[in-house]
Amino acid sequence: MKANVRPSRIAVHIALILYTILAIGPIVLILINAFKTRRAIFADPLGFPDARTFTTIGFDRVFSNSDFGLYFFNSFTVTIVSLGLIILIGAMAAWALTEYRFWGNTLLSLYLAIGIMVPIRLGSVSILQMMVELNLVNTLTALILVYVAQGLPLAILILGEFIQQIPKDLRDAARCDGVSEYRIFGSIILPLIRPAIATVAVFTMVPIWNDLWFPLILAPGDGKQTVTLGVQQFIGQYVTDWNAVLASLTLAIAPILVLYLLFSRYLVRGLTAGAVK
Amino acid sequence: MSDIAASGVPVESTAQRSRFPVHILVFLAPALVIYTAFSIYPLIDTIRLSLYAGDETGARYFVGLGNFTTLLTDPVWADQFWNALRNNLIFFAIHMVVQNGIGLGLAMLLSLPHLTGGSVYRTLLFLPTMLSVVIIGFIWQLILNPLWGIAETLLQAIGLGSLFGPWLGQESTALLTVSLISVWQFVGIPMMLIYAALINIPDDLLDAATVDGAGPFSVFWFVRLPLILPTLGVVSILTFVANFNAFDLIYAIKGALAGPNFSTDILGTFFYRTFFGYQLQMGSPTMGATVATAMLVIILIGVLIYLFGVQRRLQRHTF
Repeated sequence: MKANVRPSRIAVHIALILYTILAIGPIVLILINAFKTRRAIFADPLGFPDARTFTTIGFDRVFSNSDFGLYFFNSFTVTIVSLGLIILIGAMAAWALTEYRFWGNTLLSLYLAIGIMVPIRLGSVSILQMMVELNLVNTLTALILVYVAQGLPLAILILGEFIQQIPKDLRDAARCDGVSEYRIFGSIILPLIRPAIATVAVFTMVPIWNDLWFPLILAPGDGKQTVTLGVQQFIGQYVTDWNAVLASLTLAIAPILVLYLLFSRYLVRGLTAGAVK
Repeated sequence: MSDIAASGVPVESTAQRSRFPVHILVFLAPALVIYTAFSIYPLIDTIRLSLYAGDETGARYFVGLGNFTTLLTDPVWADQFWNALRNNLIFFAIHMVVQNGIGLGLAMLLSLPHLTGGSVYRTLLFLPTMLSVVIIGFIWQLILNPLWGIAETLLQAIGLGSLFGPWLGQESTALLTVSLISVWQFVGIPMMLIYAALINIPDDLLDAATVDGAGPFSVFWFVRLPLILPTLGVVSILTFVANFNAFDLIYAIKGALAGPNFSTDILGTFFYRTFFGYQLQMGSPTMGATVATAMLVIILIGVLIYLFGVQRRLQRHTF
């Protein structure tokens, strides 16, 4: 049996390595070609850029022909503000639903769970109408409001499960000392749920940063484009300029790539810890 | 919109204001207000709008289920709707078989005991899932572009060069190609969920089966598979909801017209065209709402089948 293990293990690694190449090869291909001259992109697409073929002309064109810096700023603002609101508001609701027994508690939890299964996108006709009435079309506020509504259900579910595991003694002791419910939440609970916040952040940020639908519908112009929409519009215009197209794709990938490689352990932990059951 | 918010908490706060603690309201109110106003109310209002029709002056009048009759029977609409629904079912079937099949396979390999480099594989294999669907769409559009020819070169290297064609441009292969691009991107989700389920199976169970003489195949079929069935159920319903709500990839690669000749049109792109219009056809909010409501019904049917059919039976299986 022992002798059997080694060759089969090698086969497992070969299979995994082959699939890994398939999974990240296309992304690497884009990244390396973004730094090559047009001729090298076509003559030797698989080669890494060297002294002869290296160029940043694509990036220069992206920055001179589009407002990429602004798109980044927009995406960044929308993502961070939405995330902050989702965590704060979501933690408050999760705390109320798990800590206090009151009439309608279960019903309310079910009501909030609807948003996990039913995509908010299907309400777009009415959302757009509402944003027109509120004069919020082409503002980042419109996107933030929608993303907060979209992110809350899952955040409340994850945070609620986490809050349940916090020992009761802490809050009971505080209550005996006459500390108000608001302070118990602010000074005891919020600091304790930090690990869950990381999980919520990863689950919430990525769909917001990557979304095309709502920027396309609610904020398609007036310098309010997010990176995803900005790239989509830019590539539509410069479709034959391979340097610029590859550079814009690289710019869109880079921040997520860096964040992911930094925080992947939180995500893997979140996915594998039974947060999604 | 406030009437919905009121059905939750404030009802009793007026009835028994003295007894219902104010701080609970304070904690719940922001989440309930935003969620109700920008998620639940728009969904309900969309259903309401689907029962109305508008004319050139902007006036709206009640037509009952008239829009749905139009959508399902009027040749102008019905052909597109059934085509999009059929394509969407194919899109879903490909995900169920290929995406979840590969995901299961990878999860099995990754959950082998003492696998060297397991976390590196997991991190890299999950990477495409993190990127924007739009970016993924453009990346594959470039790679499959016959002008660049890189896909053809690579296929020739393994002796399959003759298979290459303008897959995204041909009516017969476009939908399959787009589906496989989506599979390629999202295979990480079933992989991770199934992997988590597999490593949570107690070793004792597997050991006991092996001691009793079960081979690796029997251990998988009779011990591990039944134990991860609930996870496979979750993966299926997540795939279903995501697929019947998909839009970005096809819009990025093929545009709102989902060509060639609507061969990649799914409900998401059909909804977008109906709502916003395209080329010479004007968009219609009420017909858009009708398509959205139809999608909502389809998704709800899927969720209900899962909740009352699949999930209940699976739980009985596992205990």
